[in-house]
Amino acid sequence: MSKFVIAALVENKFGVLARIAGLFSARGFNIDSLAVGETENPDISRMTIVVEADEKILEQVKKQLNKLIDVIRVQDLTGGEYLDRELILIKVKAESARIREKVVQIVDSTGAEIIDIGKKSLTVEESGDEHRIKALVELLRPYEIIEIVRTGKIAIQSDKS
Amino acid sequence: MAKLTGAEILIKSLHEEGVTHIFGYPGGSVIPLTDKLYANKGLKFYLTRHEQGAAHAADGYARATGKVGVCMATSGPGATNLVTGIATAYMDSIPMVAITGQVKCTLIGNDAFQEADMIGISRSITKHNYLVRDVRELAKVVKEAFHIARTGRPGPVLIDLPVDVQLQSAEFKYPKTVDMRGYKPTYKGHVGQIKKIAKAIAKSKKPLIYAGGGVILSGADKELTAFARKTDIPVTTTMMGLGGFPEDDPLSLGMLGMHGTAYANHAVQASDLIIAVGARFDDRVTGRIDDFAPNAVIAHIDIDPASVSKNVPVDIPVIGDAKDILKKLIELIGKQDHPEWHKTIAKWKRELPLKYKDDNKLRPQYVVEQIYELTKGKDVIISTEVGQNQMWAAQHFTYTKPRTWLSSGGLGTMGYGFPAAIGAQVGRPEAIVFDIAGDGSIQMNIQELATAVMEKIPVKVIILNNGYLGMVRQWQELFYNKRYAFTVLAKNSSTVCPDFVKLAESYGAKGIRVTRKADVKKAIKDALKEKGPVIVDCVIEREENVFPMVPAGESISNMLHGLA
Repeated sequence: MSKFVIAALVENKFGVLARIAGLFSARGFNIDSLAVGETENPDISRMTIVVEADEKILEQVKKQLNKLIDVIRVQDLTGGEYLDRELILIKVKAESARIREKVVQIVDSTGAEIIDIGKKSLTVEESGDEHRIKALVELLRPYEIIEIVRTGKIAIQSDKS
Repeated sequence: MAKLTGAEILIKSLHEEGVTHIFGYPGGSVIPLTDKLYANKGLKFYLTRHEQGAAHAADGYARATGKVGVCMATSGPGATNLVTGIATAYMDSIPMVAITGQVKCTLIGNDAFQEADMIGISRSITKHNYLVRDVRELAKVVKEAFHIARTGRPGPVLIDLPVDVQLQSAEFKYPKTVDMRGYKPTYKGHVGQIKKIAKAIAKSKKPLIYAGGGVILSGADKELTAFARKTDIPVTTTMMGLGGFPEDDPLSLGMLGMHGTAYANHAVQASDLIIAVGARFDDRVTGRIDDFAPNAVIAHIDIDPASVSKNVPVDIPVIGDAKDILKKLIELIGKQDHPEWHKTIAKWKRELPLKYKDDNKLRPQYVVEQIYELTKGKDVIISTEVGQNQMWAAQHFTYTKPRTWLSSGGLGTMGYGFPAAIGAQVGRPEAIVFDIAGDGSIQMNIQELATAVMEKIPVKVIILNNGYLGMVRQWQELFYNKRYAFTVLAKNSSTVCPDFVKLAESYGAKGIRVTRKADVKKAIKDALKEKGPVIVDCVIEREENVFPMVPAGESISNMLHGLA
């Protein structure tokens, strides 16, 4: 099993997300993350779906998605070059000045940002590709993470190649 | 332009789609609709006695005629009662449009009286569904619904229509064309791929055609027959494909799979090239998947890309309409013959024929054979319930024409056959329609006897009555030490529960009981003479089994042949 990034262009209308989610649960496909938003055309939404599958299941995922009337196009980005980004918010417990300093150091060194300074916690925002997000989480993990909120991955094909 | 109400728009749109019959049941949320239908001349409404009956009748109508079947029910329980019928149609790719009433738009989501989220409930059992919140969208929705239902791989579409939308007014203009950017089925097969099949055939020593319901849906039976004859390739069909190839043709191997013929299954296992046409490698066909057709290159012609390589890896896929692709194949390939292969198959046919103990007892296989013998050459439609009755009907009747076999293949819905037979008879009034039933299944929609009597629909119900839920009993006999858990419907063959003859009579139908083999022919002849519905209750050998049989999960090489 590996992770694949699929982009689906869908009609921007009532109930489409439920159709996609229903398809995945009915057929037993695993969704790792799913992000939806309007595209340059307000009639069309784009879903970036990260699925955990093998090649055979991936093939079915794509075909079954394509069968849905409200799905306009399905693209497997994993096959080519693509750029992916995710936004993450991490709330870290930071009561002592020493820990606050450490967290600030990590944030500075990674290019993340502190967006909320609480009495007992700091909230860090980062956006970037999978590696960048993962690196930050790993660096902060030794401290007490109170909450992590992630948007799920969005991805776009690269025109470089 | 004059304005019409939603109810009027729906009915006008149905006219535009050529709909002439609707099966349904009224209720609070469809009163505006049924009121307009009441006055309508071009659309005949058949009142079933349960919404499930309406859905199956629309399905049977569609299978028998090739048109889109239409059923209707009110919101809430009416709509949920359609669910089994819609799921049945979905699994067998039957074109159907189900219209359900819904509570007023302002009440949706409020747990209102007789409210059910039909869009949510039907999502995974329809090809598509629509909730119409704006009367101005209604005509377009109906146009799209029928287009989706009948094109590509057909299937049911549900239109959920709130009662207030039925009463609102809008101008009516029926769209001439449909353009959905997310729905463009492929019809024309890729020529390069078709050439690959032709090449594979030229190389093959033991080719086999495995044809499914797609042949019938596509109307490709003539092309299939021409293709098989030109290439001298034997044909086995799935249960859904019965009638897609004439079973009285020497190239026919009958049905394959769990209760298929031994020679069809052996041919699959020995074949070096399997050409699947409109079939989907269902588990009842393939048995244990890793031992299915171990020596064969697999070519697959199907309109649904998702059917390809779903269960069995396919070597040569061709996506498109079976009729179109077979036509091209016929042009591309020269005459072939396979005398050695046919010799092998002939030997299997001789050694392992479909058989049963034809003694003087009343056996179900004999009853089915007699229905065939007494109606040979006539326009006959066989509908079935699910279980042993279905398998005997599949095995022992000789199907030679498409749309003469109506049976719930994918979902395996008990209670399907009788309402489906009613729908088929409505669609083809000239045909002789039989429902071959079991005493279990027939009770699941027996209330439709009232529909048949009131509407004078002369369906002939042949109950193969063994007092058991026979197919499950057979599994219990073979694999569960004869522990007949909850499958006994009557203690012995002299207990009747219910008395189907009296039951028929109580509805105003004819009832005939047969307990001896010698009386079968006369009973069928009498049933054929009857102008209204008939129930022929055949009290058969109680523990008769369906053979051959591939036990669930076994390779289709390992068939049980029974005692006969």
